[in-house]
Amino acid sequence: MKHPFPFTAIVGQDEMKQAIMIAAVDPTIGGVLVFGDRGTGKSTAVRALAALLPPIKARPGCAYNSQPGDIVPGRAEDAPEGKPVEIPTPVVDLPLGATEDRVVGALDLERALASGEKVFEPGLLARAHRGFLYIDEVNLLEDHLVDLLLDVAASGENVVEREGLSIRHPARFVLVGSGNPEEGELRPQLLDRFGLSVEVGSPTEIADRVEVVKRRDAFDREPEAFLKDWAEQELDQQRAIIRARKALSRVRVPDETIEDAARLCAAVGSDGLRGELTLIRAARAFAALDGKRIAKRAHLRAIATPALRHRLRRDPLDETGSAARIARAIEETLPESSKS
Amino acid sequence: MAPAPPWATALLTARAVALDPAGLGGLVLRARAGPVRDRWLAYLHALLPDQIRRLPPDIADDRLLGGMDLAATLKSGRPVAQVGLLVEAHGGILLAPMAERMSPGLAARLSAVLDRGRVVAERAGQAIDAPADLGLVLLDEGAEPDEAAPAPLADRLAFHLDLTDMALGDTDETAPPDLIDARAFLPEVRASNEAAEILALTAASFGIGSARAPLLALRAARALAALDGRKDVTEEDITQAAALVLGHRATQLPATEAEDDDTPPPPPEDNDTKDTPQKGSDQSRPLEDKVLDAVAAVLPDLALAEQARRRSAAQTQGAGAKQAATHGRPAGTRRGGGDGRTRLDLLATLREAAPWQTLRRREHPKRTGLIVKPEDFRAKRYVRPAESVLIFVVDASGSAAAARLAEAKGAVELMLSEAYRRREKVALIAFRGTGAELLLPPTRSLLQAKRRLAVLPGGGGTPLASAIMAGHALARQVRQRGATPFLVFLTDGRGNIALDGAPGRPAAAEDAATAARVLAGDGVTSVLIDTANRPQRDAKALASQMDARYLPLPRADAQGLSRAVRASTAPA
Repeated sequence: MKHPFPFTAIVGQDEMKQAIMIAAVDPTIGGVLVFGDRGTGKSTAVRALAALLPPIKARPGCAYNSQPGDIVPGRAEDAPEGKPVEIPTPVVDLPLGATEDRVVGALDLERALASGEKVFEPGLLARAHRGFLYIDEVNLLEDHLVDLLLDVAASGENVVEREGLSIRHPARFVLVGSGNPEEGELRPQLLDRFGLSVEVGSPTEIADRVEVVKRRDAFDREPEAFLKDWAEQELDQQRAIIRARKALSRVRVPDETIEDAARLCAAVGSDGLRGELTLIRAARAFAALDGKRIAKRAHLRAIATPALRHRLRRDPLDETGSAARIARAIEETLPESSKS
Repeated sequence: MAPAPPWATALLTARAVALDPAGLGGLVLRARAGPVRDRWLAYLHALLPDQIRRLPPDIADDRLLGGMDLAATLKSGRPVAQVGLLVEAHGGILLAPMAERMSPGLAARLSAVLDRGRVVAERAGQAIDAPADLGLVLLDEGAEPDEAAPAPLADRLAFHLDLTDMALGDTDETAPPDLIDARAFLPEVRASNEAAEILALTAASFGIGSARAPLLALRAARALAALDGRKDVTEEDITQAAALVLGHRATQLPATEAEDDDTPPPPPEDNDTKDTPQKGSDQSRPLEDKVLDAVAAVLPDLALAEQARRRSAAQTQGAGAKQAATHGRPAGTRRGGGDGRTRLDLLATLREAAPWQTLRRREHPKRTGLIVKPEDFRAKRYVRPAESVLIFVVDASGSAAAARLAEAKGAVELMLSEAYRRREKVALIAFRGTGAELLLPPTRSLLQAKRRLAVLPGGGGTPLASAIMAGHALARQVRQRGATPFLVFLTDGRGNIALDGAPGRPAAAEDAATAARVLAGDGVTSVLIDTANRPQRDAKALASQMDARYLPLPRADAQGLSRAVRASTAPA
């Protein structure tokens, strides 16, 4: 497997990088959707995330990345627990054209044919448990797979009823998607699943553009040397994630911040409670990354656009983009407070 | 139309792609099938003997990415994997004919492989992860400007070669050189930092957003140097590479360059470890000017840029619809099949048969291999979405044009905003002056519609007959692709330009009536919305001639319009 381009070597694209970091700090936020034009480094950034994620502890050799206490198929509930081992946080690609059996899991054909045994072969959803599930070109994903994903993402459990099997196993993962809106819209139900949504474009500064080309070219020509040059920054970034995860539970969200969030959601007219919840969680994760103990208005302001952009009721006759509408609402309802 | 590049350039791109297929991604070859294209392909074949594979346009995923080998599986009684075409093409080139009709799904799969140099897939009982460094040659046989190879894929390929207007006399039979030396040179070729800067700069001044473009140009410059037996990239290499790689991507001329300064991006991080280019110092370098000139030279006017924009807009249509017409979206499996009418889902069938093998062998001790019974058969299930395409044909003539167009545009966007739920596409044709123009090809993307409909021209005569024919032609296309067209005319029915472009009401009315009857004969569902202040006899007559519903809707606004269209086109 080729090593991905380092996350920290990506030029600019701060909103995208920030959103990915926040999703990595707090998996309950519900992942990130990255939409943008061609050649802006969408999938590069997502693939780079894998290298940053700290390892997790899991039962040795478990196909479900389960931790002690989890109930998974093929394992007796009272089986003795071994010592858990460290594995890399799974970042699983859901490639286009994946068949349903590979996604949800199916009867292990080899064993069934050879010995008539009925054994479940876990799929991508099992492998993505406790990690990330990445869908590139998410707007081109087949409808029946989208339905399936929505169901599992909502319940955190994969239920398989096929070929005489009746299996259920935990499947909690952070959904990360990317795509180009010119190639088609995303289904609203799926759109809503993503916690944060960012839009990327080409860098406008010439210096940035030049730097993008130089770094990418250097990486393509001598990947080892390039990775070595960036190893330290990568390590720093990983430490930042670990620190923020630890600090997350201690970050306090005062009532003012919660009220601010409610006011902002009302002002932009975002649908449902999910927006408010995501807004607060993202502000907290951002505060944790920022090394702060209290999530304040400034944090809300920083992450409001990615948290709400995809939740606005669409008014096709309003030419203003979502980002501009949110920015306007922020200035109106949450002016930069003087105390913070 | 760009002048066809000289034959020598065409051969040069073939050599470059043959030398570094994976690095350059490949090229789009726009040309009709014929002796010119054959000659170019023969040259490519001679450069890379036995390393060129053909990609059938209707290839199934299990053949493309890998999957189960039916014969071997049945014979051996255990699952046997087959290698996909992409893996087989590793190290060589894949030829994709009829690229202008390629589905977005196939384009996305190919894009993923180009990006990673590997095939990563989850197919029928196996996880696939195999190297696939390859180049693509997209054979684009599009006749109309709107028919083109999928833009996301074309973005990843270095060159765009247009041989449409080249005659066989412009070509010659050249023996291809041996690439052994160039191959040895390629890894050694060095390009200066300046080269990257100039190419990035040039791409920006021609309004090329994708970061892939300058990167591909840089690789192309290296390939050109290696082909010439040099280890240093010269100014000529850079100039030539820029012309070849950037020329066809330009969306603006450098003269009209306007930097968007309203959203200043943050400075690149880690300035201390990486050398950041000095901004401003590049402004007056002669090489940069040369490169700019070279690109501008292959770009006769901005019509080309417009074309490029349209291409990217057009790629969502057609191909996707075609797929829907042939077999729709896969949606799992169901019991049954093997009767020749449905497609057997082999894997599901085997899974069904598997648990019974021990038992069945006992029943039929003499049989070897797998014992499959009819009740095991599982068929692939496809959903054929009842896709429809709403075609708005809008009268943009006369004084009411601006308002009518604005409302039609509003209605288009309103309908698109709910199009996903309804699985439909929307297209818009405007007519004025002497003809009708397709402003928005069938699309489902709201974003695209907004971009395309930002500027709508209005005023002039009313070429009603041309409009009916244009709508009819598009409706036929839509039908050919397996979707259902609905025509929505917005006009007062008072044509004054005949088919031949001559003014005059009587002739215009006669032509319009003829066109309307032809349309009616084809049985396309249509509705005519009379936008005149008072209902017009002409409009009503025209509606009955084209067998359309007549709907007087003076002062139609976007909301009312979309409601009216919904009501008239709803399936009974």
